[in-house]
Amino acid sequence: MTVRAAGRAASRSRTSNRPASAHDRPATTPELIQLLTPEGERAEHPDYPLELSADEIKSLYRDLVLVRRIDFEAIALQRQGELGIWASLLGQEAAQVGSGRALGPRDMAFPTYREHGVAWCRGLDPARLLELFRGVSHGGWDPKEHRIHLYTIVIGAQTLHATGYAMGIQRDGAVGEDGEATIVYFGDGATSQGDVNEAFIWASVTNAPIVFFCQNNQWAISEPLDRQTRIPLYLRARGFGFPGIRVDGNDVFACLAVTRKAMQAAREGQGPTLIEAFTYRMGAHTTTDDPTRYRLSAELESWKLKDPIERVKQYLIRSGMAKEDFFAGVAAEADELGRSIRKACLEMPDPEPLSMFDNIYAEPSALLEAERAQLAAYLSSFADEEVAR
Amino acid sequence: MTTTQAPATKGTQTLTLSRALNEGLRKALENDPKVLIMGEDVGKLGGVFRVTDGLQKDFGEDRVIDTPLAESGIVGTAIGLALRGYRPVCEIQFDGFVYPAFDQIVSQLAKMAYRSRGNTRLPVVVRIPFGGGIGAVEHHSESPEVLFVHTAGLRVVACGDPADAYAMIQQAVDCDDPVIFFEPKRRYWDKTEVDLPGGVAAAPALDQARTLAAGTDITLLCYGPMVRTCLEAAVAAREEGRSAEVIDLRSLSPLDFATIYASVRKTGRCVVVHEAPVTGGLGAEIAARVSQECFYHLEAPVQRVGGYSIPYPPSRIEEHYLPDLDRVLDAVDRSFAY
Repeated sequence: MTVRAAGRAASRSRTSNRPASAHDRPATTPELIQLLTPEGERAEHPDYPLELSADEIKSLYRDLVLVRRIDFEAIALQRQGELGIWASLLGQEAAQVGSGRALGPRDMAFPTYREHGVAWCRGLDPARLLELFRGVSHGGWDPKEHRIHLYTIVIGAQTLHATGYAMGIQRDGAVGEDGEATIVYFGDGATSQGDVNEAFIWASVTNAPIVFFCQNNQWAISEPLDRQTRIPLYLRARGFGFPGIRVDGNDVFACLAVTRKAMQAAREGQGPTLIEAFTYRMGAHTTTDDPTRYRLSAELESWKLKDPIERVKQYLIRSGMAKEDFFAGVAAEADELGRSIRKACLEMPDPEPLSMFDNIYAEPSALLEAERAQLAAYLSSFADEEVAR
Repeated sequence: MTTTQAPATKGTQTLTLSRALNEGLRKALENDPKVLIMGEDVGKLGGVFRVTDGLQKDFGEDRVIDTPLAESGIVGTAIGLALRGYRPVCEIQFDGFVYPAFDQIVSQLAKMAYRSRGNTRLPVVVRIPFGGGIGAVEHHSESPEVLFVHTAGLRVVACGDPADAYAMIQQAVDCDDPVIFFEPKRRYWDKTEVDLPGGVAAAPALDQARTLAAGTDITLLCYGPMVRTCLEAAVAAREEGRSAEVIDLRSLSPLDFATIYASVRKTGRCVVVHEAPVTGGLGAEIAARVSQECFYHLEAPVQRVGGYSIPYPPSRIEEHYLPDLDRVLDAVDRSFAY
């Protein structure tokens, strides 16, 4: 090692415990599947041909804008004290809408707590998401209705649920040309979890019909990617025995095409795929987080140039597929959606206190009935006081 | 699926506890094609305690699944299979190996029904051989049941003899709630008569205790491996002129307090016996509630017999750690000293 290299290694070790070495970098630059450049120019990839009509592209654009608007309104509601917390998806709209729109009606999605765009694509009313963040329920929608499982807050735990679900698809004989598949969402931080690695192993040895969709947004709260991995995440799949692909996570076309292909492979019995959607968390981890403590604003500025929505807009304009009236219409629709979400949130009643005892067991429980009666009596003792006054 | 016809000789048979569980699981697999068995070495080997012996041969590798060696994965994928409509029965090989699955059990399995406001039920059984007395190395002799009792959303049960084990495992599989099913590992080779055709119908409900010996002077509460110990202690106490009532709790969550209170109000004395450390244990919970609900009937404070507040000791001295007949009788004496 030269003196200068040693100096670099030493200075580096202040922020990272690992030594700098030739092993730090992969031999080649990772391939990034991209079908729409940040400038809004269409790119082609031989493995991912994608034919989209003008209407389809406009509909993708509409979803991206509406999903960002849901996020914007929720952050505002949190700031105004109407939500306890919100996990923003800002910057990850293309990864979520692209992959979400690749799912068939019978496919099953397993989200983290940030998949508002996927939930939108599955047809879930955004107000249902707010319930969780407002604190009136822990989720509470029926996963079977829209075929999106409940938000999972423990990092990575849902990857095993999705894998087990996929094993169930196999046992139901629902793999084949007309088959079903599962997609599970998780982040770069989650790839360090044991559960995620166990899910990779399970899915691999059982050849389960599942797509692992990792949104690598570069940050696990304050920890950058190099705290989680020394190799590009998609390369990990190879060690587990299935293919891994890195896609431009801010390119809704590429996310759609890559997810479609991986889901179809899973449905047909070709087993799991890991998709690493290379994206960026443009906002805070949640509304309680302050990213200025751990990352430079220049980084955010550079990612703003790769904005997932702007590039679709540019493409629509340049190709003449859409004019100003279309964009104005979508903006008006977004405002209306924002208003309706706000209204739904403000009108959301708090649950009855005694409902905390509901739905814990399938059968009635003598213990819980006694505790429910105890709380009811306690609450009504205050009612008596009120009357006495 | 291969259906195994019950041989004509099957009726009431003398079976080990391991074999009784095996017959119960076989019935469950026969009765419902959605029932699956999954765990480490449950297939060809038949489980390290042979509880699943022959089941993979008869029901196939898709229903009796040899899993990768990772407990969180076993329970986590079982949850996913249950979400798809299956009823998985997971085997955790030894008590001390359940902790890698603890997050999936506590944060996911136990809470899914509540999280989904009842839209989703997870009928998953997690079987765990528990307790000491087999001369094993560390992590193979523990009694972690109270960790699960403390977790709302789970049912926790322990079987005490072959006949009940045969019925209880089928009741657990039928239950729409997640059930943590503790099996007394040092009693796997104990034998009793098991009524194969009628055993389930004759058994108490899964959440009910059963009185195994009626008595008038003192109540002995026990479960799992301590059932036999307490029955033997009751015989010895009788020789000393004390009539002990022995209750096998069976269900540790929920506890069958109606049966407990009725017995203690009759006898006025109560001893709770378990292998798990007494600190923060099930005995503490029972003592607190019995003191509250049976205060004017008690002749003495509730006595607890259990493990010391230490990690499980090396096996050459485990006999000094584990409650045995003499320590139960000693607690009976302490109760009568009041």
